[in-house]
Amino acid sequence: MEDPIHQFEIVKYFTLGHIAGREIAFTNSALFMAIAIAGITLLLVGSTSRRSLVPGRLQSIAEMSYEFVADMVRSTTGTEGMRFFPFVFSIFMFVLFLNLIGLVPYTFSVTSHIVITATLALMVFFTVIGYGVWKNGTKFLRVFVPSGIPIYILPLVSAIEIMSFLSRPLSHCVRLFANILAGHITLKVFAGFVTMLGTWGLLGWLGAVLPLGMTVALTALELLVAVLQAYVFAILTCIYLHDALHPGH
Amino acid sequence: MDPVAAKMIGAGIACIGMGGAGVGVGTIFGHYLAAALRNPSAAQGQFANLIFGFAVTEALGIFSLLIALLLLFAL
Repeated sequence: MEDPIHQFEIVKYFTLGHIAGREIAFTNSALFMAIAIAGITLLLVGSTSRRSLVPGRLQSIAEMSYEFVADMVRSTTGTEGMRFFPFVFSIFMFVLFLNLIGLVPYTFSVTSHIVITATLALMVFFTVIGYGVWKNGTKFLRVFVPSGIPIYILPLVSAIEIMSFLSRPLSHCVRLFANILAGHITLKVFAGFVTMLGTWGLLGWLGAVLPLGMTVALTALELLVAVLQAYVFAILTCIYLHDALHPGH
Repeated sequence: MDPVAAKMIGAGIACIGMGGAGVGVGTIFGHYLAAALRNPSAAQGQFANLIFGFAVTEALGIFSLLIALLLLFAL
């Protein structure tokens, strides 16, 4: 059976230059990120350059995604959180497009690499700390002190809050990475069963129908996971930004 | 014991923790569905809370998966 990990291999296309002795190369990961950015730009600019009062198909998609993210930001962070709307919308569309493009056969799923998701999660983490401290000053530390807690268990609760705050970027990035990675490996393992059974003659051909159907069903499931994980990534960003805006719980 | 074998067994044991996260995620979605069928009009407003609870619960399963991945590929 073919190695199911092989699909995550980074292939270097050409070298762009060297920074501090490290090679900066254009890889398949960079290529698919560029494709995702081009797709998003094409969708949003192309559909809104010729606006009509009654939206067509493409314009509907663009408007629906805008409304969807705007509702999400407004309901979780309040109206003052809307200044973070471009940030959350960019993250949502970027992760969504990368997840969906990765589902097409023979493409590369960028979000299955922890370095990409960790960069996004750390960007959110430092935005929360930076904006929280800039806006609230030392009052930002109130995020670790929930209100209405008896004083004698407050040290314990604060310690737990600090721990959970620091583990946020870890769970934030590993969730997306692990879901996409595990999904793609499962897909490849079931696809591998098809080719393995195919070598067994007629009986194998009949048996191969089962894993083939399973692969189709799993692809549908992965489509759901791709959209859901992009949504979860974006809504967690909103919830963490809520702490930066209102640190007092 | 062979260190590689011990690593593999350790990774397998670490994955047991994901069962607990499975129970938790199932409880969250089951209770959400039960509550949504009782009061369908309030269900839409709680969807963000549902996803948040799901994400926080799933984080614990992810930590055990992380231990398994670290044992297999990093340590």
